[in-house]
Amino acid sequence: MTDKTNSLLYLDGVSVSFDGFKAINNLSLVLQQGEMRAIIGPNGAGKTTMMDIMTGKTRPDTGDVIFDGEIDLTSHDEADIATMGIGRKFQKPTVFEGHTVEDNIALALAGSRGIMATLFHRRSEAGEGRIRQILDTIRLSHLRGNTAGNLSHGQKQWLEIGMLLAQDPKLLLVDEPVAGMTDSETEATASLLRDIAEDHSVIVVEHDMGFVRELDVKVTCLHEGSVLSEGSLDHVSADPKVIEVYLGR
Amino acid sequence: MILTHFLKKGLTWPITLTILIILAIAVAVPFSNLYLDPAHPLHVPNHLVGLFGKYLTYALLALALDLVWGYCGILSLGHGAFFALGGYAMGMYLMRQIGSRGVYGDPVLPDFMVFLNWQELPWFWYGFDQFWFAALMIILVPGGLAFIFGWFAFRSRVTGVYLSIITQAMTYALLLAFFRNDMGFGGNNGLTDFKDILGYDIQASTTRAGLFSASAIALALGVLITAAITGSQFGKLMIAVRDAESRTRFLGYRPEMVKLFAFVVSAIMAGIAGALYVPQVGIINPGEFAPANSIEVVVWTAVGGRGTIIGPIIGALVVNGGKSWFTGAFPEYWLFALGGLFVLVTLLLPKGIVGTVRDGWAKLRPAKQAPIESDTTQKPADQANSQPQAAE
Repeated sequence: MTDKTNSLLYLDGVSVSFDGFKAINNLSLVLQQGEMRAIIGPNGAGKTTMMDIMTGKTRPDTGDVIFDGEIDLTSHDEADIATMGIGRKFQKPTVFEGHTVEDNIALALAGSRGIMATLFHRRSEAGEGRIRQILDTIRLSHLRGNTAGNLSHGQKQWLEIGMLLAQDPKLLLVDEPVAGMTDSETEATASLLRDIAEDHSVIVVEHDMGFVRELDVKVTCLHEGSVLSEGSLDHVSADPKVIEVYLGR
Repeated sequence: MILTHFLKKGLTWPITLTILIILAIAVAVPFSNLYLDPAHPLHVPNHLVGLFGKYLTYALLALALDLVWGYCGILSLGHGAFFALGGYAMGMYLMRQIGSRGVYGDPVLPDFMVFLNWQELPWFWYGFDQFWFAALMIILVPGGLAFIFGWFAFRSRVTGVYLSIITQAMTYALLLAFFRNDMGFGGNNGLTDFKDILGYDIQASTTRAGLFSASAIALALGVLITAAITGSQFGKLMIAVRDAESRTRFLGYRPEMVKLFAFVVSAIMAGIAGALYVPQVGIINPGEFAPANSIEVVVWTAVGGRGTIIGPIIGALVVNGGKSWFTGAFPEYWLFALGGLFVLVTLLLPKGIVGTVRDGWAKLRPAKQAPIESDTTQKPADQANSQPQAAE
């Protein structure tokens, strides 16, 4: 019970199936306030479905999903959950390609989401400062006026992370942030995420073991929709069950 | 205060220039028609005033479509329905103005109702003898239909081609309904034989010049409002919804509400365009609901350049000007020409006339091009610089 009320995110006995296929099977997972967690697992382990459940895109068939000790996420939709403080980065970088880098951040910036509020919106000093600060953090200040569609793949990933930061969420869900990045970009992303984790809780889904090692956080390995192993990366990668799943049976 | 700021934000110099040109036309054409000698080279004859006035209402309709299609990604193939509903609301007012001057001389019932042996005015015709009531309906009926339709469609997350198909079905359903005599809107023949508008003879050249000016002013207002909406943060949000709808949802926005607002505003603009169209052409019948009409609006917008404000106006004027000439010269081939035009524009000018001209203009201006180029050459260098810092 203490887990349920003290933790930032609490999943217990969550299951969801699509046409009889159990994508998530009795999954339980607890994330503490301020924690960064890496989720690994082979393809089809349910990593993305798990994020869909946390962000309200998919409703679980059974189980509890509790955010911040009291909010039942299963009864809210994507927009509600986003404003409550969960930001999500997609696997494929998804930014507003037609807008400038600056406008992408400005749209993500925390604030009222209503129609009238956006129609009559005027950017405040504080908002301007926040945009500048985020662009610095994601190292895109020099590309502020560029169209997002013209950014490189890695830069788009960073811009999307910047948009998450602008939302000022309590929890960031980051799906495969370094897919398709060069080694130096991967390294920079790891350092960026470590910086972010200092004042946010973060869940990172990633295949790249080198990157996970660099993050140096607690790791959860998913397999067939439930937790296979949990602990430090060394502990998890030494787990015979994990080895069996990854190296074939 | 907030409102003036909102409207001012849209007034970039091309928009201001466009509005001024439209307002100049609103004054110059009626002046030339009414006060210049018919032999004068700049005299605009009566039939051209009517024709251009009609084009202006088409331009407003195209602009309305562009607001939802070009800026918000909603390809409506049923915008003609909102135009026709606005037109019918105006037509009902004009019918009530005929009074006892109809063929059957009934002081209250329009001719077609007498002809069908109706004994009293149906309830939904009440109030249309008052202009203010008709004007209210011109806004409320298209806006209300768009609200109900959009509420269900957007909340159910119907998008893309499925949404286009149901908008098409909507206008087709209305076409069939309005064809029925017992609907009470004149059936097949629609509403016609108008006499007065606001007490002025609808055939008089001064009235027609006034209607022309009203159409031009409505178009100028449409440009101002569209520019203000698209220039605001909301306008950026519309484009964001168009390009990556789920992204906006995970940022905490409700894209269905964004679309609903744009759709309702657009439907009201289309309805006003229809209301100005009807007194100038002198008739409204169910043919205006024909799906082909709505598709033509899409062609105008695509030809002119969607996602721009001037584009749909130019598209509507060019295509309809072409249509008037073409249907005079080679009447049988117009639909082939229209279809061919759409294919050619889609293949060769995907951004339409205005988009293509704007891109070409940007290329012709080396001064503006230079910083963009230096930016791209800077990119790898800056990246290389930023990474060692990142590792620290």
